[in-house]
Amino acid sequence: MRAARQGDEQAYRRLLGLVVIWLRSVVRRGLASAGRDMTECEDIVQEALLAMHLKRDTWDDSRPLQPWLRAIARYKLADHLRRGGWHDHVDIADWEDSLELAVDVEAPTVIDSRRLLDSLPERQRRIVQEISLEGQSAAAVASRLGMSEGAVRVALHRALKAMAAFYRRGGP
Amino acid sequence: MKTEQLVAALVADRTRGGGSSARALGLALIAGGVLSLLVFLLALGIRADIGPALATWRFELKVATVLLGLGLAFALCLDCARPDMPSHPWRRLLPLLAVVAAAVAIELLSVPASSWPARLIGSNAMICLPMVPLLSLAPLAAALIVLRRGAPASPALAGAAAGLLAALSGASLYAFHCFDDSPLFVATWYTLAALPMVAIGALLGPRLLRW
Repeated sequence: MRAARQGDEQAYRRLLGLVVIWLRSVVRRGLASAGRDMTECEDIVQEALLAMHLKRDTWDDSRPLQPWLRAIARYKLADHLRRGGWHDHVDIADWEDSLELAVDVEAPTVIDSRRLLDSLPERQRRIVQEISLEGQSAAAVASRLGMSEGAVRVALHRALKAMAAFYRRGGP
Repeated sequence: MKTEQLVAALVADRTRGGGSSARALGLALIAGGVLSLLVFLLALGIRADIGPALATWRFELKVATVLLGLGLAFALCLDCARPDMPSHPWRRLLPLLAVVAAAVAIELLSVPASSWPARLIGSNAMICLPMVPLLSLAPLAAALIVLRRGAPASPALAGAAAGLLAALSGASLYAFHCFDDSPLFVATWYTLAALPMVAIGALLGPRLLRW
């Protein structure tokens, strides 16, 4: 993380790779102990990953990294379960007379990547698509779209913030 | 989007960080404080007897107490802005409680019991109660704006801490207007004046500081 803060791209890629693997196991365990469906796992992993990236300034580099990461994962997991829990509650109210049915009705919603990208403005969506799906560099995207590299970076950053907000709302 | 693709987007986004949060919070408080200072000078002004007052231990103790609280609330706010917040952040305020308790004890021992009610009620309570919150509004807004960049483990707690910090900013200005210097007055009315700000912060926190 320290190296990544200095702008070391390889170090950051390596770190994120490790964090993803770690997050998956943490989230899986959290979902299992809450008795929830595993299909939600990747949504939470992505949401936590986005949060970790956007809030990386809140890590004090004189402290160990892992408690900070764990705190973010815990917050996002709790947030996600609470959102889900609220829907559960509505279900139960709707099915007051047949609680068993309510449990059957409850279906996990997984945020569709198409909807996530569609929620972005046109230009931000293209930038995210080209960088993430097609693996282009910011500089290559900039010259393709006729923008400066700095403008591409700003748009990318805004898009990531919008995506985090999209997750936070649990949908559009 | 696959997670691996998201990682590619995150790696490509290397915006420079915003720098230290202590610095940002400090600057925000100064900005909010300047606004409040204008309100203070227009609406209240410094007490007329500031010269002689500076020489009394009660006034000095009052100002020192409020400034100590301001510093502790500042550290508390920074603690609360982190996802890995320490487990009992409010412990930071214990020195403030100790100083207030000691000041009240000294006052109770040094003046006759017959003068306690007059010192407790003072003459400015009805100015203190609205003015401290009024002087806190700009610092509260500034503190919340900075905290939005953070990632508070508990947004309600972070909001409450911001409210307390704002109230102490307001109180540290107000202390220079009010001539009720008795620790009995300060402990009672400054606390009552700070409570609504803490409550407002705690209510705004979950709305503004979720991440």
